[in-house]
Amino acid sequence: MAFTSFSDFIAMGGYSFYVWLAYGASLISVIVLIAHSVLTRKKILKQIRQRILRDKRIKAANDREQIL
Amino acid sequence: MWKWLHPYAKAEDSYALAGKLMPWFLILTIPSFIIGLVWGLLFAPADYQQGDSFRIIYIHVPAAMMAMGAYSAMAIAAFIGLVWQLRLAEMAVAATAPVGAVYTFIALFTGAAWGKPMWGAWWVWDARLTSELILLFVYMGIIALYNAFSDKVLAGRAASILTLVGVINLPIIHFSVVWWNTLHQGATITKFEQPSIATEMLIPLLVMIFSFATFLGFMILYRFRNELLKREQHRAWVIKLVHAKERG
Repeated sequence: MAFTSFSDFIAMGGYSFYVWLAYGASLISVIVLIAHSVLTRKKILKQIRQRILRDKRIKAANDREQIL
Repeated sequence: MWKWLHPYAKAEDSYALAGKLMPWFLILTIPSFIIGLVWGLLFAPADYQQGDSFRIIYIHVPAAMMAMGAYSAMAIAAFIGLVWQLRLAEMAVAATAPVGAVYTFIALFTGAAWGKPMWGAWWVWDARLTSELILLFVYMGIIALYNAFSDKVLAGRAASILTLVGVINLPIIHFSVVWWNTLHQGATITKFEQPSIATEMLIPLLVMIFSFATFLGFMILYRFRNELLKREQHRAWVIKLVHAKERG
């Protein structure tokens, strides 16, 4: 272990600001990337689902017109 | 010999294969990330010159290496897509670019946070830093170009051509520390001699590089599946898949 205590670890030998800035920004970037990828997937699936429903409605309306 | 690969040129099979591979990449990523992080932050000894600020290396170097690795993979996909007109390869290009861009951003940002305490400046127009910044711009250019066309066949071709043009930047980044006098240090691991880093610092670094590589693979597969769904949304297999999701 390179550190003797938890506060020693947080202090990073006087470089705490730079070290945690680097780690924090990287973590946020990765979280944004994951969130964007997951949300994109959900959006695509939702769009496809809506389109399928719309196609069904259009087909149903056409069938009704033919009966009338 | 390579005929077994052929069915995977079918979108549906590629989607299934990517889905099958994804958990394996995740299983490799998570433990290696935890081990590398704890080892690098807690157990690796402080540098004799840089103190604990050197711990930024455990994200800076893996991100920078894999930003270039992602670009190489993307360039191969772009070449395959252009030569054999494989739409799937172009989708792989579109899937890789955002992940590579984020890695490049991480490399630049952590580099700045490391440069400030060590060099006294967040940023210098040094050859390594500048060529890495250009890599970020190339990535962003590829993403923008792909999204600029509503015709995705055209978009894929344009983005692939830009990808191949941007390959010229890779050797420039790698050799920038040799060809020019840079503030950035030279190669530590990727050279022919012994790595010039203590073993107890090197091992967690290699673990982190491995973790960043497998996470890159995971994200590419995830976004590749997104791309497939979007581009094939009118096909029967996608509609069937969406129906199956609703039921189960």
